[in-house]
Amino acid sequence: MRVPPGVSSEDFSSALTQFENAIGKEWVFTSEADLDLYRDSYSPYWHEKEDRVASAAVAPDSIEQVQKIVRIANTYKIPLWTISTGRNLAYGATSPAMSGSVVLDLKRMNRILEVNDKNHYALVEPGVSYFDLYRYIQEHQLNVWIDPPDPGWGSPVGNSLERGGGRTPMRDHFASVCGMEVVLANGDIVRTGMGALPGSKTWQQYKYGFGPYLDGMFSQSNFGVVTKMGVWLMPAPDAYRDGTVMVPRHDDLIPFIETISCLMDSDILRGTMMLESPLLDYRVAQGGTAFDMPGGPSAEEMERIGREKNLPYWSAELRFWGAPRVIDAQWQYVKEKFSVIPGSTFKDGRYYRFPTQIKETAADLLVALGIPNLSVFGLIQNADGHLGFSPIIPMSGETIFEALKVYGELYAELGISPRNQFTALPWSYYPRALLLLFGVSIYHDVEKNRRSREIFKRLVEVSAQHGWGEYRTHVAFMDRVADIYSYNNHALHRVHETLKDALDPNGILSPGKSGIWPKRLRQFKA
Amino acid sequence: MTISRALFLVALGMALGTQALAAPNESQIERGHHVYQKWCYPCHGPGTDKPGTNAMAAQGLKPAVLEERTDLTPAAIKGYVRHGIYFMPTFRKTEISDADLDAIAAYLTRSNKPAATK
Repeated sequence: MRVPPGVSSEDFSSALTQFENAIGKEWVFTSEADLDLYRDSYSPYWHEKEDRVASAAVAPDSIEQVQKIVRIANTYKIPLWTISTGRNLAYGATSPAMSGSVVLDLKRMNRILEVNDKNHYALVEPGVSYFDLYRYIQEHQLNVWIDPPDPGWGSPVGNSLERGGGRTPMRDHFASVCGMEVVLANGDIVRTGMGALPGSKTWQQYKYGFGPYLDGMFSQSNFGVVTKMGVWLMPAPDAYRDGTVMVPRHDDLIPFIETISCLMDSDILRGTMMLESPLLDYRVAQGGTAFDMPGGPSAEEMERIGREKNLPYWSAELRFWGAPRVIDAQWQYVKEKFSVIPGSTFKDGRYYRFPTQIKETAADLLVALGIPNLSVFGLIQNADGHLGFSPIIPMSGETIFEALKVYGELYAELGISPRNQFTALPWSYYPRALLLLFGVSIYHDVEKNRRSREIFKRLVEVSAQHGWGEYRTHVAFMDRVADIYSYNNHALHRVHETLKDALDPNGILSPGKSGIWPKRLRQFKA
Repeated sequence: MTISRALFLVALGMALGTQALAAPNESQIERGHHVYQKWCYPCHGPGTDKPGTNAMAAQGLKPAVLEERTDLTPAAIKGYVRHGIYFMPTFRKTEISDADLDAIAAYLTRSNKPAATK
């Protein structure tokens, strides 16, 4: 029997018995085979002793059962690692940051409590997946869209708490959260925002309630267990269209991104923009790389190839949702704005007037139409998984040039091919900034994973040197990433620890989450 | 690699020779279809946007769509779901219960020729 750190076998046995009494023996998992299901399938420590393993897993189906579990855990100082659907692959999935934790698996709490298509929100439990919510809306013919992340089997609760993103105007998932129900470490139930008002009629319509706004404290944190969440949805639009903007020269990227930024901050462009480069794609197809590697071709050489092959240097597919006349006017205005860049060209894309049958299967289109799918896993080529490396960078062409050079030089220094990335070019998952989303390959091979971990650590380190921080990371690297947010001698981290010790004095909730360790377990900080 | 996973991968070929213990009934097959649609279809359905189907096609497996195969065994199906394979992750019992997994196996072996399950 595995035992949590600092807990005696006798106490752990007593706790397990009490867990069984609280939620039923069937939902307390302790066998080796069952606990293997809580390992991270994309673990960077696959086959190694550092691979995170649980000592047990408990799966309540109600908030009352969650309360009982945290009270038992408090009695015996049992660390609980909370998961919702557990599909956070590339960031740790089901596995805890600290081996020996008991996984608090909320998958069975899968009730869709309300979907309102007049004020456009849903109230859901943590085990509800984007697929579940989509099916519910379809079956009930409700006039709202969800915004799924690329892998649709995650949960609105978990993905929003991890501050994930999608493709539609509701792409910033945490920004769409409106009202939470949280079980604190002492078993107390808190409702945030207007939920604190008994009989409130606006829990999912007004975020802030009265007094300090606490919702952010429960994202990427270990200060409570979120058992219900309100999420804002998008009114089902009448129509959708997309179109591509292309510019020919290397330096056109600077006015290109400035224009994107202006249009986004004016709410004319409202979805996620993925920067593309048909010319760099050509270079990759020829065996090269999209990164600016030492000794690689100059911008002038690339522009010459672009002219010969009739390939634009930069492009982006831009998307519009809403009334047909409005989105037609938006696309027209976008073209006018980009036309000031000499040589810019445009291509009309897809157009749908709803309701209609969508026959295309392109994953990015489906997600942009609010249809969850799993096609993104097709990006994993010649590997058994990946780590997500995802720094936030400024929304400027100059920074993109810098990033292509910085990461190109890093890959050259490491002496490896930079071709094992999903993409070298940024996305606009969030307003006002850009996101780079690399997939560092994971294998069922110890030596290859050792190399991948080294790459990952250097990516984090070099990014921080340039002022670019990760927005989210794998459980195995949470301490490392937390450590780069070090302004004023780690003042923010010290606040996190102060809050942790005040709200969870026995340190039972998700020790190590986002690098936050309770006082009694700080020796486990990497 | 955990011991159970290692044993599974070694034993996978042997599983092809494992005989099903009991013939599935229609209601179990129907339940299996329902569970398959929810959990398996998004990766293993037909179409070029299904990563599981594409991965099987890349391995030269024909047909690459799971529902069209007639040579799968219950043991192999359960092994893949509980142990994963390549980039396919494991699935927990809170997602796919043992009874649901039995039903998936019944559904995916519904068209097997008698020899294929022996």
